[in-house]
Amino acid sequence: MTAAAGELGGIPAPGAWRGAAWAVRRDLRLALRSKAELGVQLLFYVIVVTLIPLGVGPDPALLRALGPGVLWVAALLASLLALPRLFATDFADGTLEQMALSPHPLPGLISGKIAAHWLATGLPLVAASPLLGLQFGLGDDELVVLALGLLLGTPTLSLLGAVGAALTLGLRNGALLALLVLPLYVPVLIFGAGAVDAVRTGMGAAAELSLLGAGLLTALVGAPLAAAAAVRIAID
Amino acid sequence: MLESKQLAAQRGAATLFSGVDFKLAPGDALLVTGANGSGKTTLLRIAAGLSHAVRGTLSWRGAAVAPLDPELRAAVMYIGHAAALKDELTAEENLASLASLHNGVATSDAVRGALASWSLERQRALPSRALSMGQRRRIGLARLTLVPRPLWILDEPAAALDTAGVALLCDMLGAHLAQGGMAIIATHQDIGLSGPSVRGLTLS
Repeated sequence: MTAAAGELGGIPAPGAWRGAAWAVRRDLRLALRSKAELGVQLLFYVIVVTLIPLGVGPDPALLRALGPGVLWVAALLASLLALPRLFATDFADGTLEQMALSPHPLPGLISGKIAAHWLATGLPLVAASPLLGLQFGLGDDELVVLALGLLLGTPTLSLLGAVGAALTLGLRNGALLALLVLPLYVPVLIFGAGAVDAVRTGMGAAAELSLLGAGLLTALVGAPLAAAAAVRIAID
Repeated sequence: MLESKQLAAQRGAATLFSGVDFKLAPGDALLVTGANGSGKTTLLRIAAGLSHAVRGTLSWRGAAVAPLDPELRAAVMYIGHAAALKDELTAEENLASLASLHNGVATSDAVRGALASWSLERQRALPSRALSMGQRRRIGLARLTLVPRPLWILDEPAAALDTAGVALLCDMLGAHLAQGGMAIIATHQDIGLSGPSVRGLTLS
């Protein structure tokens, strides 16, 4: 009971940080061992973004208007692609049970898993986005805001996605995860793509970026707790 | 001291078992037997604090505990059917990772020693996907030597183990009980564990 109060209180117990560090180390090592899976996700992002100019034609004004939305929608889909793996393998091989039974608070361990997931799947998208933005003729300012927006937005996608992934653990229907999570991604998409549009029209992106940051902070506090509650239900 | 009163479990609408009472004092072991589907795994998961019982109470050191109670979590080592091994990691990395998750000893020497005591020194650097069922089971059990816990809950620990492995398991259990440890073991085969403090519980 005391530990549960510690988990829910403002300051996480030291065990939470130790657990998070353990999960980050382990999941990053696992991700680096299966490089093919990492590559698939980044390649998917690059291919989807590249297909759009081929489809809509080479009109520079049209591409520049479409660019931010396309890059953000592709980032959403790419991050969705990696989501089912977040908990499913740990659930199937019994690791999740061991995590729940370990002395570390479960939300801390799950925060670590989400952080590692973002480093392995979200950060590469952020890094690749300025280069892909060039295909749409985005200017320097727009490219910077695009990358900044993704830097604030993709961790939020990982956090929200983790709740969905934990809630759908043990279900055979993989499409349910997409249906559950994509509506939650809508605000991130609106403010992320809106930030780049705001720069293009000369209004400045401070408001949108602030909102993305606020969303990230909210998700950072709430999502690990929600995902941990869902994991506890799944292993019961 | 782990004690259960009138535990009952359900799967769907069917009652798996009901009215299960047991009491484990330091040095005691409980051997749970029963046909397939009689609820051995469910009982062990309830005792480990992973699942909740439909009725009845579980108490640890005199206080009733809910699933995932921190006090019970700090005292229990549960080894279930799933070995919690990652195919991509080597035997040594898997064992070190699991030991440090449970705040056990995860130094390289200790991990190698534990692998050696389970005759796995030659498989140390092999990825776990290359290991046999019995060898994977041995890695799971090697965790018991790295993470000191008073209460061991082992689900079919002898499954896929060879005779030498079963003998080793029995020696480890004997030493654990002699030091005042407790164990709940679900098993189909005779693992050779006997003595006045070893009791049986048959689920039907």
